[in-house]
Amino acid sequence: MSADLIALSAAQAAVALHAGEIDAAELFSAYADRVAGEQIGAYLWREEGNPLVERPADFRSTPLAGVPIAVKDLFCMEGVPSTAASKILEGYLPPYTATSIARLQAAGASVLGKTNMDEFAMGSSNENSGYKTVKNPWDETRVPGGSSGGSAAAVAAGLAPWATGTDTGGSIRQPASLCGLVGLKPTYGSVSRYGMIAFASSLDQAGPITRDVTDAALMLKYMQGKDERDSTSTGLPDEVELPSATDLNGKRFGVPSTIDWSGVQPGVKAVFDAAVERLTALGAEVVEITLPHAEHGLSAYYLIAPAEASANLARFDGVRFGLRSEGEGLTAMYENTRHDGFGAEVKRRIMLGTYALSSGYYDAYYGRAQLVRTKIADDFRAAFNKCDFVVTPTSPTVAFKVGERVEDPLAMYLSDLFTVPMSLAGIPAISVPAGLATPDGAAQAAPGDDGALPVGLQIAGPAHSENALLDAAFAFERATEHMPAPWER
Amino acid sequence: MSQNTATEYEAVIGLEIHVQLSTNTKMFCGCQLQFGADPNTLTCPVCLGHPGTLPVPNEKAVRYAIATGLALGCSIAPRSMFHRKNYFYPDLPKGYQISQFDVPICSDGELAGVRIHRAHMEEDAAKNIHVGESGRIHGAGRTVVDYNRGGTPLVEIVTEPDIRSGAQAREWLQLLRATIKQLGVSDVNMEEGSLRCDANISIRPVGATELGTKTELKNMNSFRFIERGIDAEIARQTALVNAGEKVRQETLHFDPSTGSLTSLRSKEESHDYRYFPEPDLVPVAPPAELIEEIRASLPELPLEKADHFENGLGLSVDTARFLAFNAEIGAYYQEVLLEAGADVDAKRTADWVTGELVARIGADADPAESKVTPVALAQLVTMVGEKKVTNAGAKTVLDRLVESGGVPEQIVEAEGLAAMGDGDELAGIVDAALEANPKAVDDMKAGNMKAIGAVIGFVMKQTQGRADGGEVTRIVREKLGL
Repeated sequence: MSADLIALSAAQAAVALHAGEIDAAELFSAYADRVAGEQIGAYLWREEGNPLVERPADFRSTPLAGVPIAVKDLFCMEGVPSTAASKILEGYLPPYTATSIARLQAAGASVLGKTNMDEFAMGSSNENSGYKTVKNPWDETRVPGGSSGGSAAAVAAGLAPWATGTDTGGSIRQPASLCGLVGLKPTYGSVSRYGMIAFASSLDQAGPITRDVTDAALMLKYMQGKDERDSTSTGLPDEVELPSATDLNGKRFGVPSTIDWSGVQPGVKAVFDAAVERLTALGAEVVEITLPHAEHGLSAYYLIAPAEASANLARFDGVRFGLRSEGEGLTAMYENTRHDGFGAEVKRRIMLGTYALSSGYYDAYYGRAQLVRTKIADDFRAAFNKCDFVVTPTSPTVAFKVGERVEDPLAMYLSDLFTVPMSLAGIPAISVPAGLATPDGAAQAAPGDDGALPVGLQIAGPAHSENALLDAAFAFERATEHMPAPWER
Repeated sequence: MSQNTATEYEAVIGLEIHVQLSTNTKMFCGCQLQFGADPNTLTCPVCLGHPGTLPVPNEKAVRYAIATGLALGCSIAPRSMFHRKNYFYPDLPKGYQISQFDVPICSDGELAGVRIHRAHMEEDAAKNIHVGESGRIHGAGRTVVDYNRGGTPLVEIVTEPDIRSGAQAREWLQLLRATIKQLGVSDVNMEEGSLRCDANISIRPVGATELGTKTELKNMNSFRFIERGIDAEIARQTALVNAGEKVRQETLHFDPSTGSLTSLRSKEESHDYRYFPEPDLVPVAPPAELIEEIRASLPELPLEKADHFENGLGLSVDTARFLAFNAEIGAYYQEVLLEAGADVDAKRTADWVTGELVARIGADADPAESKVTPVALAQLVTMVGEKKVTNAGAKTVLDRLVESGGVPEQIVEAEGLAAMGDGDELAGIVDAALEANPKAVDDMKAGNMKAIGAVIGFVMKQTQGRADGGEVTRIVREKLGL
């Protein structure tokens, strides 16, 4: 029975709950029991009670009827430990709940726990968690990606039917790709940032990490919306529809001719080429486009994001909440607190950002990076005159080994090569499982092959094109051979 | 100019004024604003800088900032930006202040000959309270923070260096204060800190166009201290330069009790604030119709009011400006005029307000808060005009009003201060006075009318001031046939 419950996607579970075919409290317990025994470091906090037993009326008439959900630890929840996986927030209990989470709860989602992540969402492997490293359920010697690695690992391991993530430069899409899941970064502004612990405010966007495209649409439906507490939020102009497309007739998919394939694993390239062929088979027209400035995206991103982070993280000063390490006088207290509380990568980015904003360097670094950002947005606008969607691999590689890149930040930063341009342009992009590759990434693999690892296809669309994007991803998903997730095996 | 003459210096002064806007709620959250509430009772996750919180601009504050800019003759930017100003301090919960940088909402204005460089919006810091002897952070045993003030909307007004003396700075600031008071956008109360002023001061040889090295005089909290502080700093700089030394760029604190200036920090230690556009906020883009609507609803401002007092009511320039630039006194004066009715002498009323009343309650006091109601003063001035009470008697009445309030007619009655008419009683007292002062009578007859003083003095003494001096003179002349 428990295994049957776990087998349901979130959308399927909601239907079964409404039909009275399954019991919400049992569904929650089935997951909570698995979470209690999990060994992959996916969760930082778990709900020990059962809200469906304690407050059944809260869920009975809601659209999601109590479907359990895992929440990335970047989201504040009132009275629930919310640390952004940082030691500096150890024991911090927010006095309020993030708007996007409150909306999901109001729609009837019941929170299983808070998932592990790279500290303050800075990282692509989850090795930067201040607490513990997350293991990839496909191969526990490998990373799940990051920064929403805990969320992705939890969904891939059947520790949650779905999970919220946040994406600043790829933090939803890349772990979704590395864990064989669907991950959607919506248009900037569609989901409220209120209550999401800020990394880079002009880039941060919350979104779903799910087993399939339908679930991604379902979560987005109840997450998005203008929020008067977030001045930059706009919501989506149209109601989010559950996807239904069965073909891609008349749709044009742009493949950037400007991609430098030298840094992409051959297996990833092979899966991508096969995916493009499937798009064609579904009736799509594949066109060549150029994104001339995309190659500078990573450099621009690693100036803009740390610059904003250097200010966003200034509030962790030991004065009002979180960790305080005493010292002789105010300055010493600041220094000790931040020395003890922040991990190495966070310190590195604070220093990078502080430098980029410094008097005399601003124009050369931050100012120039913003110009590049504008150019990249212009590139996409031009591309969308020639096509409806842009497709790329989500990640240049399959999941890499734990420890493989920790000493080489630049290699780690390259994980975001394909995802960062869409973040800079503020446009929506989704990663959908496209196939498998051998563990060394050298070649394409088939389901059942020993140690095969998932590869994702990234599909991006113009701002506010979420419904069309989800439809396209849905059609592609249907045409792609199912790859059993670790929890199914 | 001969070689022996010492170089003449002139001061060049620019002011930076912080004005707390009197909105109901804070700049970027919904917390109430209230001076003197218990510490840390007016806070929320946003103004405490909790992780994940975001600022939402207060529309009323934006309106108030626009009104301030328009009253100062500024142009309003169609699209202005918020920036983050980064520095660490316990009174700054986010580690940055949301302010404006290269595109402020108001710029390029002018008020009474002093050009306004810019006026921008920002949020106030919280209040550090240093527990310990020094009262400063250095040497404090402990510092506690009250976040109630944190996030109060501010407009910072920056002038061009167009001011030349402490007195001019004081007078101009009084005008600025009255202007903002009239707009109703701030309490402009210096003691409570809703109006705060810093001055940038340098000196240069008269006729020079280059600016000298400036110092910054911080946080002076009364008009009098501003004038004294600036003059003290001008004197200090002049003495330094005359002694062949150089002025060092630094921030100074003026201690009004000792008149001394102490250095707070030198500019070499100044912060790099790493300004960058605030990504949590969209640009402020007030529609042109909104700006015009605010412009149309501006009240009569002090400069216009001074013009009205001078040319409409016939007051002297000085009295007109005094009333127009001292907002509370001016408002009180207008109230008295209104109560006294159309026939009252506006000039005499002004003299009673700016002279007698202000002398009794002090120039910094708000007459509306005194025990003298505008109705009472109107009645008193009317009685003087109708010669029902003499000037001397009226001054006694005013003493009573200031002490304990009341109705002038009743006070006059109760204390027997009614002016004596031209009846027999007064004529009899004049007779007695002439009899008692034979020398004065002789002198007057000899053409020296000044001698009448002794006679009037005698009458006043006898009548306890109830006699009208003019009337006494008339009777004396009549009796002596002069």
